[in-house]
This record gives sequence, structure tokens and C-alpha cells, in this order.
Amino acid sequence: MGLENNIWESLPDVITVKLDAVINWARKSSIWPATFGLACCAIEMMNSVSARNDLSRFGAETFRASPRQADVMIVSGRVSRKMAPVLRRIYDQMPEPKWVISMGACATSGGVFDNYAIVQGVDKIVPVDIYIPGCPPRPEMLVHAITMLQEKIMSESVKDRKDTFEEESRHSVVPGTLPVTEGTALEREIEEEVAQNKAPRPYTVPSKHERRRSS
Amino acid sequence: MNGGGRRKPKIVMNEFAKELKAENADWVSEVKEALGETTITVPREAIVEVCASLKTNHGFDMLADLCGADRGPEEDPRFEVNYHLFSTKHHSRLRLKVILSEDDPHVNTVSGVWKTANWHERETYDLVGVIFDNHPDLRRILLPSDFDGHALRKDYPLRGYEPYSLT
Repeated sequence: MGLENNIWESLPDVITVKLDAVINWARKSSIWPATFGLACCAIEMMNSVSARNDLSRFGAETFRASPRQADVMIVSGRVSRKMAPVLRRIYDQMPEPKWVISMGACATSGGVFDNYAIVQGVDKIVPVDIYIPGCPPRPEMLVHAITMLQEKIMSESVKDRKDTFEEESRHSVVPGTLPVTEGTALEREIEEEVAQNKAPRPYTVPSKHERRRSS
Repeated sequence: MNGGGRRKPKIVMNEFAKELKAENADWVSEVKEALGETTITVPREAIVEVCASLKTNHGFDMLADLCGADRGPEEDPRFEVNYHLFSTKHHSRLRLKVILSEDDPHVNTVSGVWKTANWHERETYDLVGVIFDNHPDLRRILLPSDFDGHALRKDYPLRGYEPYSLT
């Protein structure tokens, strides 16, 4: 006697609900976070999926290594200036609907790192839904943040989440954070060799050892 | 420093300075002994030759560290580059020092002598702003490539310049 039998007997064949309610219920019940540990907060984030705190009770235990499969980005730790364009790119690669949790004092405001190397609040780069205070926050606080995010999702409408706003898209970038490199000397050397047809175009840049072995 | 119970060959560090001086009198401008460590100040024109000689003739086959230091904007000369050498053959350490002025912070690269100097010199260039001539690939290594200024200089503001200081 499973749950299906009970439901089948107690409910009519057709029920009418608000579309928002059903979709949001589905969304909030499986918020998959992107694996994005940045600092010591990430240790607490890992703890929150462990057996003691068990984030899977709220459907958010599946940390995805690919941003394409993730729904929420938990920014756990201080974001350095050099990491900022990477974080923004990962956020851009996440499909809608997507949410951001800023975990800890550093991600929220820069924390104690009020210096040239650290972004003073991740909300300068990505729109943040939930802020968690603490240094670091306990896993319970992250679990609480997930439940708060679920409440927020339930109050949203599908119409609000059509697509990324233009000003939030990858064309808008915080000034001075794009990675611009001229490439390494080895890469330039190989580019010249390829241009002069001395070497075949490599799939990747081979190391010095590989080049020595092949020649 | 006599741990391990192994007998180490007794080497008086000052002898390296003496041998270097005997090799070329211009190579050593000052020798300092403190806390059992020897520091040899080398004129910057001679640093590559001194390093090559120490590596081939005196067994210093490892560059343990290469770092820059800023003595402060009021000091003249302002910068120094420290080379920490280690020998895996006779287990002794030696420090070389090159002193540079603020107007002309150039020194020749030693990445031809020890390969590991490549990234160490990039780090020193990145954070202190010492320029290593003839370096194969002198780019920033820690800070973003469009960073303005050199972060470990004493007169660098803690919050950085615009647009990095946006708060």
C-alpha cells in the first residue's frame, strides 16, 4: 500500500491550481547548487550536506560541477579581484532560473579584507538573493538560507524569470576585471611556428617535454 | 641546526665570499654575517655571473627563494632583490643581495641559471615592480593583468587605485 494508492483514492482525477504554485513548488524542491567553494566558508558548505545537517532534506544536496546543471550559486568565501570575472562567467553560464546566495561576511561585504585584492561584496558582480552573516556561518545558517530561498521562490512568478536582463548579461562587466593576457612565451613561439608552417596546429600547447619527445 | 644526527661537512660560509673575491674583486661589494647566516651584496651588473659561478663551481644547485623588498619611498636606494641559495651537496645556505635605486629598478634575470627563477622574478616584478632584463616572459603572475601599480610597495594605498578602490 504505497502513497500512490492513498492519493488516487483521496484526490479527484483532475485538480486545478495556479501554474506559478506548481512550477515554483517543483523549483524550490530541487535547488541544485553549483560547486563554488572559495574559502573557509566552503568547509561549512560541505558540512551542510553531510549526514549531521543533511541539506538533502530540502532538495539541495546535489552539488553540480557544471554551472549548466545548477540552480543556485553559493558564493562561499572572499572573492578576489582576479576571481571576479570567473565568478561572473560561471553565473552567466547558469541557465535561468538562477539564484545566488552570498555566504559569510567576506562574500557579503568584503569582511575584514578591506583591501585592493578583495571585491567588497559579491553583489557588485552578480545579483544576490540571500545574504548570510557570519564568519563563517554555521551549516545550520546555510540550511536556513536555503529554506528562506525556498520561501522567496514560492513568492515569485514564472513571468518574472523569462530570460536574463540585458544589463545582467555577460556584456556588462565590472571595470578592470576582464582577464587580458598576451599568452606565454611558449604559446607565442608555437603561434609563430604554426604561422610559418613549421609545425602542425596543436590541439593544446604541448609542454617542453612532449615537444622534445616528438622531434 | 644539527638535527638528524648526521655529520655535516664543516663549511665556513665566509669562504665563499673570499673565493668569489679571489675570482673577481668586483663581484663582492659587502659581506655581512649575522645569526649564522651570510649575506653577500653583489653589484647588479655582476649578479648573473656570480650566480652562474656559485652554481657551477661552488655547488649551489638550488635557488630556494628569490624575493624583492621595498625599504620605503624615503629610502635611497629603495629596492633590494634577495637570492636565497641552497646547496644539496654540502647543505649550506647563502644569501645574495642586489640593491636597486627607485629611478632604475632594473636587474638582469637569473632564469638562465636556475629555471625556477622565472616565476619568482615574475612575482617580484608583479608585487614590487623590479624589472628583470632579458626575462623570457615578464608578465604579472598573481595580480590581474590589468592591475595598476605594484601592490607590495610601501606607498601603495591599501585599498588600491581606481577602479580597484570602488567600495
